[in-house]
Amino acid sequence: MSTAKAIAQDVRTGTRRAAAVLEEYLGRIELHDSDIHAFNTVTAEQARAAAASIDAAVSQGRDPGPLAGVPIAFKDNMCTRGVPTTCSSRMLETWSPPYDATVVQAMTAAGAVMVGKTNLDEFAMGSSTEHSAFGPTRNPYDLTRVPGGSSGGSAAAVAAGFVPLALGSDTGGSIRQPAALCGIVGIKPTYGRVSRYGLVAFASSFDQIGPFAADVADAALALEVISGHDPGDSTSIPTAVPDYDAALGKGVEGLRVGVISELTGGGRNGSRNGGGNGNLLEGIDADIAERVLEAADALAEAGAVVGSVSVPAVTYGLTAYYLIAPAEASSNLARYDGTRYGLRIDGADVEEMNRLTRRAGFGDEVKARIMLGTFALSAGYYDAYYGKAQRVRMLTRRDFDAAYADYDVLLSPTSPCVAFRFGERSDPMTMYRCDTCTIPSNLSGDPAMSVPFGTGTDDLPVGVQILAPALGEETMLTVAAALERAAPPLPAPQMAAGGASGGA
Amino acid sequence: MGDQTAAISTDQVAHVARLARIELTSAEIDHYTGHLGRVLDHARELEDLDLAEVPPLAHPYPLQNVFRDDVAGAPSDRDEVLNQAPAASDGQFEVPPVLGGEA
Amino acid sequence: MAKVAPEWETVVGLEVHVELATDTKLFSAAPSRFGDEPNTNVTPVCLGLPGSLPVLNRRAVELAIAVGLALNCEIRPSIFHRKNYFYPDMPKDYQVSQYDQPICSDGWLDVPGANRVGIERAHLEEDAGKTTHLGGADGRIHGAVGALVDYNRAGTPLLEIVSRPDIGSAAEASAYVEELRAILLALGASDARLEEGSMRVDANISVRPAGSDELRTRCEVKNVNSLRSLRNAIDYEARRHIGLYQSGEEPIQETRHWSTDGRTHALRSKEEADDYRYFPEPDLVPLAPDPEWISRVRAAMPALPAAQRERLGELGADLDDAQIIVNRGLASLVLDAVGAGADANRTVMHAVQNLALDGAELLDATQLASLVQMEAAGQLTATQAKTVLGVMCERAHDGNADPGAIAAELGFEAMDSSELEMLVGQAIADHPEAWQKFCAGEAKVAGVFVGAVMKATRGQADGKVVNQLLAQRRDA
Repeated sequence: MSTAKAIAQDVRTGTRRAAAVLEEYLGRIELHDSDIHAFNTVTAEQARAAAASIDAAVSQGRDPGPLAGVPIAFKDNMCTRGVPTTCSSRMLETWSPPYDATVVQAMTAAGAVMVGKTNLDEFAMGSSTEHSAFGPTRNPYDLTRVPGGSSGGSAAAVAAGFVPLALGSDTGGSIRQPAALCGIVGIKPTYGRVSRYGLVAFASSFDQIGPFAADVADAALALEVISGHDPGDSTSIPTAVPDYDAALGKGVEGLRVGVISELTGGGRNGSRNGGGNGNLLEGIDADIAERVLEAADALAEAGAVVGSVSVPAVTYGLTAYYLIAPAEASSNLARYDGTRYGLRIDGADVEEMNRLTRRAGFGDEVKARIMLGTFALSAGYYDAYYGKAQRVRMLTRRDFDAAYADYDVLLSPTSPCVAFRFGERSDPMTMYRCDTCTIPSNLSGDPAMSVPFGTGTDDLPVGVQILAPALGEETMLTVAAALERAAPPLPAPQMAAGGASGGA
Repeated sequence: MGDQTAAISTDQVAHVARLARIELTSAEIDHYTGHLGRVLDHARELEDLDLAEVPPLAHPYPLQNVFRDDVAGAPSDRDEVLNQAPAASDGQFEVPPVLGGEA
Repeated sequence: MAKVAPEWETVVGLEVHVELATDTKLFSAAPSRFGDEPNTNVTPVCLGLPGSLPVLNRRAVELAIAVGLALNCEIRPSIFHRKNYFYPDMPKDYQVSQYDQPICSDGWLDVPGANRVGIERAHLEEDAGKTTHLGGADGRIHGAVGALVDYNRAGTPLLEIVSRPDIGSAAEASAYVEELRAILLALGASDARLEEGSMRVDANISVRPAGSDELRTRCEVKNVNSLRSLRNAIDYEARRHIGLYQSGEEPIQETRHWSTDGRTHALRSKEEADDYRYFPEPDLVPLAPDPEWISRVRAAMPALPAAQRERLGELGADLDDAQIIVNRGLASLVLDAVGAGADANRTVMHAVQNLALDGAELLDATQLASLVQMEAAGQLTATQAKTVLGVMCERAHDGNADPGAIAAELGFEAMDSSELEMLVGQAIADHPEAWQKFCAGEAKVAGVFVGAVMKATRGQADGKVVNQLLAQRRDA
């Protein structure tokens, strides 16, 4: 399989035709997606037309852009004009937006070819893709296990070789956690680095779009294409986009790398034996913490200055997040009321129509979060829940600021565990703990990414998370490239072996 | 329910479901009372934190004064928009009767 | 206006919503326009489509700042909140509004002939769409079989101006609204029409024993769409409260609807109606107008009504005339026309008597000045001048209102004075008996000659000049 970078280069130089590249990937989807269920919609005909116009451009001597002919998948919560955008919900099963999301426009303008829309936990609420109204996505490494979530479809699509690139959205870890569970690279950029215009909102002050790729260089390339100021998103940051590719070869000599002690069990200060797992946060697998420490060792060997740092507020992140995000969601999802678009169940009056529509249109987890958020904002509870959680958010910001005074980047596990089996985490708090390590960056808005680094239980992929201060994507990518060079090779996904009997 | 220590009661869940306009059976109310209760029980850990001196943070990145100029752009195509509506007539969205107060 | 009952006093606070005169909506580039086909002035943002995001209209903020400055408010850093409740004409099922940090706060308005009224706040928010109830009598909710929703108005910028409960009577409330309206017109911030709903007044009404300073339970009265209904609603509601207290009851705090039957009616209240679950709007960033911007807005502000009345007074307008001109939003027009050389008395007279017309506020001051000058020079009679003014107003919106051209078009040409003298002579010759009476001092028979001359000229002669010629002949 080629990288996105290689495909674009070949297509731009006329060495390969976009149409031929596309057919290769469509063929793989055709063959294997019935096992994986990464896609809600495959837009083969539209993709063929797009690839043909890329090839036409090349033959006319025009440059179709840095992602010329690269097949790409969008998480099915990004608006695509005239193409269903379901959020894996009955509520929007029939809805086709009248406009393209800004990232979709950016990818198209860069020459990427959309091949489909990927499965997710309904409205991006979940960590396993089990909450999709259209059935779960399976992990290409083990079809009896989840790919993570909520962007599980995008992660699985890249891991299965259905596309070299996919976009996901990350509200509490929804790019990084599935990237870790599927053995690929996933980036959550700085909040505001990538436009949210056209991303169906889950929790507006957390949501951020980012790329999935098989390697760091492809992820950096995609990140560069989708980053930048969008006047249509008031929270979009108006600063220039750096050359991310240039950051990859820089080396980590002298970079200060802090291992978050709360998420790795103490870590070390130079010495392997100085740490111990005494204060490892509940639910984080010891062998995953161990992979992070090995990653830190590898960076030290490459010349980085590695230390252990405490970020105390990360222990409260989960709680703060599971109050604020549902609160925002309760408001963002109010509009699905049966009036303007999507599902309607008729009622004797508008109020009944609203209640019946929302009963039928939303799944269990979405209903639970809407009600949780409604409660957290309601009269008499605002201060105790939402208000307090916003203060914890500030505490997180301050703790990170303190850590970044001493370190350029931080390390932690991405996910507390490797890919788990379907149904294994049905208790809500158990499922929510999947996001323990990723949530702090969503609270602070800072960038973070997951890079594969070895394996854990049952030889399944483990991801190491690299965290950086706001707009610190370049340093983060420099470290990611170094880790990628040092990482032990991953076993190949088993999905090609055809073991399709597993499932939910 | 009689449990004094529960973080949320079935009555409160029923009230919240009305606020959120979600129709629920009483069995479902019990189910969500359990679900929400587990999350809110976990949230009690925040009670130990002294946050009096910590201001709330609403926006993760500190931007302010973001505007657009008062210049009209192209409106949406009405047919395209109404084609997605569950019911439409006379160029408008059609809904069942609206009861209660006039807003 | 008489007190409702001498031992009680009325306490009123007003919440006035005005649509700001922007070209586009508060958070989207859709045209903000009244009267177009339903659902044609909408974008994904106005429809609350999934994925759409708001961006704040700079002009709306500027107008809010100008109004705030005119109301002596402090302009402060502010943020937007979401007010959550379900209603079909609210596309996102929440309204974006400023809540505990409004852009304007703590000001006042001096009401002519009444007290200073405190302004608690003025804040920006988005308007809802329009719901038409089908099948019920008069398009009302009761008995309706369905409803149609038009989102053209959804997202129109509103400024809600909240007074303190400093208003002591229906008449004062009315005067407050008139003065506020005059300020909005002078600033060009809104066309502020109560009847069309671009200005909407809700009144918080309570009563208290005369002389006390307590604040008792208030009721909010909505659906007042004229100054008259505002006055009547306040008087009705104050009497209702007094009646309740006198019979040992108390009013309950509620929202009531002013109805065409001359009463207020309680709206059916819903259990959840009060829990709006406000929280900071995450899709918008804080608004903190920098002092330089505020200074620029202040420097660009035109004269306000109080100053306008004073200047009109200096031109010789009496207080009533000045008030009429200011309330019609014509003060700058009059002052500028006089500045351009028009006779002050005539200009004021026209503004008061002949410009209660749509389009008058769009007249060009130099064109008004040249009309007044034509009249003063005898090129137009008073009647002709009024007619020309009427046409000028009709055409003012496309700027095609040159009085000379209009007069020519209407065939209004100044009478040659020798021709007029000839016609006067002819009229005298035709009515010798009347002439004798006129010369004997019976002034009212002048009408016979004026009428004859008018008839002969098909109304184009200037009556004043004819009278002058008659007097000259008599005294010769």
